[in-house]
Amino acid sequence: MDYVLLVEQFLNGFQLGIILFLMAAGLTLVFGIMDLVNLAHGSLFMIGAFVGGTLVIVTDSFLLGFLLMIPAMLVIGIAVELVALRTLYPRDHLDHVLATFGLILFFNEATRLTWGPEGLIVPLPAFLDGSVAIGLGITYPVYRLVIIALGLAVAFGLWVLVARTRIGMLIRAGASNRTMAGALGVNIPVLFSIVFGIGAVLAGVAGLIITPITQAAIGMGEDVLILAFVVIVIGGIGSIRGAFIAAILTGVIDTMGRSFLDVFLLLFLPENAAESAGPALSSMLIYVLMAAILFFRPQGLFPPRGAG
Amino acid sequence: MTALRNPANAFTAIVLVLFAIVPFAAPAIGEPFYVIVFARIMVWAIAAVSLNLIMGYGGLISFGHAVYLGIGGYTVGILAFHGINSAWVQWPVAIGLCAAISAVFGAISLRTRGVYFIMITLALAQMIFFLSVSAEYYGSDDGLNIFQRSDFGVPGFSLEDNLTMYYTILALLLGCVFVSWRLVNSRFGAVIRAAKSNNTRVLAVGVSTFRYRLTAFVFAGVMCGIAGLLQANLERFVSPDMMNWPRSGELIFMVVLGGMSTLFGPVTGAFVFLMLSEILAGITIHWHIIFGPFLVLVVLFARGGIAGLLSPRSARE
Repeated sequence: MDYVLLVEQFLNGFQLGIILFLMAAGLTLVFGIMDLVNLAHGSLFMIGAFVGGTLVIVTDSFLLGFLLMIPAMLVIGIAVELVALRTLYPRDHLDHVLATFGLILFFNEATRLTWGPEGLIVPLPAFLDGSVAIGLGITYPVYRLVIIALGLAVAFGLWVLVARTRIGMLIRAGASNRTMAGALGVNIPVLFSIVFGIGAVLAGVAGLIITPITQAAIGMGEDVLILAFVVIVIGGIGSIRGAFIAAILTGVIDTMGRSFLDVFLLLFLPENAAESAGPALSSMLIYVLMAAILFFRPQGLFPPRGAG
Repeated sequence: MTALRNPANAFTAIVLVLFAIVPFAAPAIGEPFYVIVFARIMVWAIAAVSLNLIMGYGGLISFGHAVYLGIGGYTVGILAFHGINSAWVQWPVAIGLCAAISAVFGAISLRTRGVYFIMITLALAQMIFFLSVSAEYYGSDDGLNIFQRSDFGVPGFSLEDNLTMYYTILALLLGCVFVSWRLVNSRFGAVIRAAKSNNTRVLAVGVSTFRYRLTAFVFAGVMCGIAGLLQANLERFVSPDMMNWPRSGELIFMVVLGGMSTLFGPVTGAFVFLMLSEILAGITIHWHIIFGPFLVLVVLFARGGIAGLLSPRSARE
């Protein structure tokens, strides 16, 4: 087997894992702390791509557009939380599912009305275009390496935020016992808005950084959302560490499966059977992984401590 | 007739009468198009009734229920593609497959609770969805055309006749409502409903709720599979879209809109949902921009659905 392809696909998988982590981190924070099932998280991913993409095109600078997108997503996230989601907290999960499903329909259609049905192409910044040698005779696109680096930086930043700052302490307190934290004087509604805002920014970052590769499209968030669900179920809902490990695992297994499963099947299946079974099986691979993990650990790999 | 004084029951009765007379009434008022609309509504109503079994009565929020529509539909589609048109083969295979797959999916997802259950049923359904998308041999995204409807081989009874097709769907809808009524009011149904309100207590009494829930899950899967095979026959077409996850969301909404854990709630819910879509889609192609917030408002302000809104206050829970 070609090791160059192997390394490349591994890195591609890692990069997908980073995107999934950015999505899953927001989802798992919102669920772990606010007990809110937010299907519209995929819409925030899409809005990040469209709003951020527009900012990039208007300012003619990827960096500037990216930096402006962050406060924009914070404002959008908090607005959505205030207008639509705040009243849902005391309701059960079914109501969350339905209301946020309604939000998806609304956001998809609003995006279609604003940007038109054909989506938005965001140009790759010139200084990030091209490939570099990463040793062993392998070259790899700079931009994908930047995504990986950025994702790792955000993951680290998130860890610092949650584990080492005062607001992180409040977030953790809110996650383990909301009522008690409230009784001790933590302003829970403000905390929830901040957490939701952070989740929206993370989703927006993921949405914008992927668009130069894929382009912004209506409904782009939904496939990512479902993968992010798989990630947080595998990782354990409410656990950021679990989300990170599960995201990388899911990204790598999904990407590698799509490239190499048919080669692997050739070892013990006739050629045409392997070629037709390969793509079908590889699209199911991560779900089988999820089912297997849940069979042995129904709470996921890293159930958060103290969550009841 | 005292039951009809309750507005919710009266509304149900009106919907059922409409179902019965539309094939004659619609052409008479010059709108024959409504015959196919009503046939579609009844197919969705069967699927919604099946979801209500586990979601309404059992409290199990399956967000992947549309997958059984797809499995039922694709069984008919794939068998027809290979030239097997006999209903005596297609229908038992479809039902068997739905039973087997829902048993496996149920065994996996029922190990979990709450939000995990929602996400796992969604993910498992998407797995089958992606499988159908990647099946190039069977048309991938483009789906499969079905050139001949299921053939029962009975003289005088052919689904190719649209009227026969229509009333077959209606009969099966009433049959499914009847089965669900019998199930819910049996000892079996009592366990399912008890487990919804307090699973721990039912376990403490010594009843293995897992087995009951799994059985209900399989019943619901099979019933939804019947809706799927009817849909394939009605539209003469199957595609992955019929089991994509928004369909599951729409099914949940139909049940909630009509009134969860009421016998005819899913039927009226499917009726209102699809009629409203039809009307809104006629006003603007961007109808989702109205429909989405409508959904949010129903969740926020009309929790009991139509049944809750129309019932006299004394009759509510």
